[in-house]
Amino acid sequence: MQVIRSGPVYDVVVIGSGAGGGTVVQVLTEKGINVALLEAGPMLNPARDYKEHMWPYQVPHRGAGEDGDAYFHRNPYAFGYFSASFGGWELEGEPYTVAPGSKFRWFRSRILGGRTNHYGRFSFRFAPWDFKPYDRDGLGVNWPISYDDIAPYYDKVEAFIGVTGTKEGIPSAPDGVFQTPPPPRVHEILVQRACKKLNIPCIPNRMAVITRPTNGRPACHYCGQCGRGCVTASNYASSNVQILPALKTGKLKIFNNAMARELITDASGKVVAVSYIDKNTRTEQQIRGRVFVVACGACESARLLLNSKSSRHPNGLANSSGQVGRNLTDTVGFNMAAEIPALRGLPRHNDDGMGGMHVYMPWWLWDKQNEIGFPRGYHIEVGGGFHMPNVGSFHGACRRYEGYGSALKNAIREEYGSIVSLSGRGEMIPNKDSYCEIDPNVVDQFGIPVLRFHFKWSDYELKQMLHMEETFAAILETMGGKPARRPGPPEEKISIGGMIIHELGAVRMGDNPDTSPLNKYCQAHEVKNLFVADAAPFCSNADKNPTLTICALAWRTADYIAEEMRKRNV
Amino acid sequence: MSDISRRDLLRNVALSVTAAGTLTPAAAQHVHELAAEDKRASGGVYQPKAFTDHEYATIRRLCDLIIPADSHSKGALEAGAPEFIDLLSSHNHEMAAIYTGGIGWLDHQMQQRYQKNFIDAAPEQQTAMLDLIAYRKNMSPELGPGIQFFDWIRKMTADAYYTSRVGIDDLGYLGNKAVAKFEVPVEAVQYALKRSGL
Repeated sequence: MQVIRSGPVYDVVVIGSGAGGGTVVQVLTEKGINVALLEAGPMLNPARDYKEHMWPYQVPHRGAGEDGDAYFHRNPYAFGYFSASFGGWELEGEPYTVAPGSKFRWFRSRILGGRTNHYGRFSFRFAPWDFKPYDRDGLGVNWPISYDDIAPYYDKVEAFIGVTGTKEGIPSAPDGVFQTPPPPRVHEILVQRACKKLNIPCIPNRMAVITRPTNGRPACHYCGQCGRGCVTASNYASSNVQILPALKTGKLKIFNNAMARELITDASGKVVAVSYIDKNTRTEQQIRGRVFVVACGACESARLLLNSKSSRHPNGLANSSGQVGRNLTDTVGFNMAAEIPALRGLPRHNDDGMGGMHVYMPWWLWDKQNEIGFPRGYHIEVGGGFHMPNVGSFHGACRRYEGYGSALKNAIREEYGSIVSLSGRGEMIPNKDSYCEIDPNVVDQFGIPVLRFHFKWSDYELKQMLHMEETFAAILETMGGKPARRPGPPEEKISIGGMIIHELGAVRMGDNPDTSPLNKYCQAHEVKNLFVADAAPFCSNADKNPTLTICALAWRTADYIAEEMRKRNV
Repeated sequence: MSDISRRDLLRNVALSVTAAGTLTPAAAQHVHELAAEDKRASGGVYQPKAFTDHEYATIRRLCDLIIPADSHSKGALEAGAPEFIDLLSSHNHEMAAIYTGGIGWLDHQMQQRYQKNFIDAAPEQQTAMLDLIAYRKNMSPELGPGIQFFDWIRKMTADAYYTSRVGIDDLGYLGNKAVAKFEVPVEAVQYALKRSGL
């Protein structure tokens, strides 16, 4: 494609405004570097767009959607009308395909800040061995960096965005720079007591929520609605915490509704421009720059590189290894819930707290992997408590109690707040059957070829899921519950690939250019002014939610970019 | 929500923000807009958009039977459940058909049993029918459509009720507030610990 030889040349062009893109924008603009940021969705105005503090009755449809789509599982508002997800499992006009025999779902948010506006905000450091998994059990690959390389960046990220937590000294869950966490809720105290009996650690949650004023952001006001987006910016979202503040530096130019089509290279193989569709005018535009940072989300980043074909890069950009799109993983997910009789009729109080659990269980059998029969671990997330009622909150109760009249009312009231759920989040090992590629037959509404997904859990993950099932039943039974076991083989009970929204690894880093597209600075081996700054560079998908590590890795990458620019190496 | 409590929420948000020294006018404006929206949501007498008067009267009666006003709290009619069902059905043909079909089935059954439509039958005749269709254990080719329909109107009535102010008060949900400190009352912890034996 011809490069338009007009318009400004930005120092750095960042494509994608989620955790990775937001962090790069923050770090580079603070250093006085001129950045252009492309986001495929619209601009965000938190005060207007976030639905924090709204009661369901403030909209006539109560959150079911104007067309009642929530009742037909066609909810256009993923995670509910009030969520700040601004996207979903399907986007109109922007399809993806799944190969026969595979199941995969891909969640995309089209908005400034991407999925960080609504995400869970659990912020767990990878353990030292999570960076060297091959050394530990001969599976997967090692990262080209170690815990010591990234630890200073974990410190910087935690201090900047704010993360709750306590020093615990648990090897599988390294301690960090923490703010005081709020105390556990009633059901969480029961979970802690049950876990103590079972020798499972249950510790204060590490969540990207500030409990004291930080960098001009007020402390959390404990409304429990983090998923709706926070109008006081008391939780982390790249939009609210990094990008909107970066605008004040005068060093940032945001291009919204800009859907990247391809990266354009010159004869030397360097990227010189990104070509994108301006969704407002449906015209193709270009932005020129010295350095390009792809941060679209792991799969979308792989897609952009694969679609950036030229005579010099016939397999797509940075893809001589053929590894772009490969090594795709998600997190293993499994849930179990039970009514806890001791919580029935619990005296009412406001237990909203942070918008997520106040306690969790880090992996505790890290030194017994050989004995338990599967190689990698999981952590456990806790759900429960009173919540603001929403459409669907009591469908389960209606099924359990049936009937009608005051008896039904009384049963629902009695049960309210007594359901406790446990969710396992486990490590998946990359395998050759799980990857994404360009579908040769399908394009989106802009004419951009779309991704086709292949996905398969291996026995490692299925065995891990069965261990979750036994553990969760033991915890809930120790609390006095009688969890219903779902029948069927593990293949039917494990989460569908992509559904935990921890898809990563599709543009892996590594020291060997033959097996990895990126080097240890997330810089393309074969294109020196091209970097990737999301979860695509990850070499393993440890049982730690990825966002904190995305931010730390992106910060490190941004520091490296600034240094290389200063040295005139890029 | 009344304007008073909305103002309280606004004040709480403002307090928590000013305490930190960075009042954002945007946050305050957001809450103001919600309050305005709140007012617009209230209005005059409701005119059904998706259903005939007969159908709507039947829906009202069913909602009232499913979640009645009682000594503890108000019921589904005060919570706007019939309006909610009508509003969504007016935008959704698939949903409207579930209701018109369900009411047609119900009236046909009532005609066969009592020679009256559901709405015109005696209260004990109405509840006798509900005692059949409110439970899956009665699932049969004869009652199947009624059980399916009742499942729909029961869950939508519950949704409308518990997302309304009266339903939220019935449950005793006390959150959606801005508070400076998160605390758990000791008596609630003691209540659960004692009963759990943990």
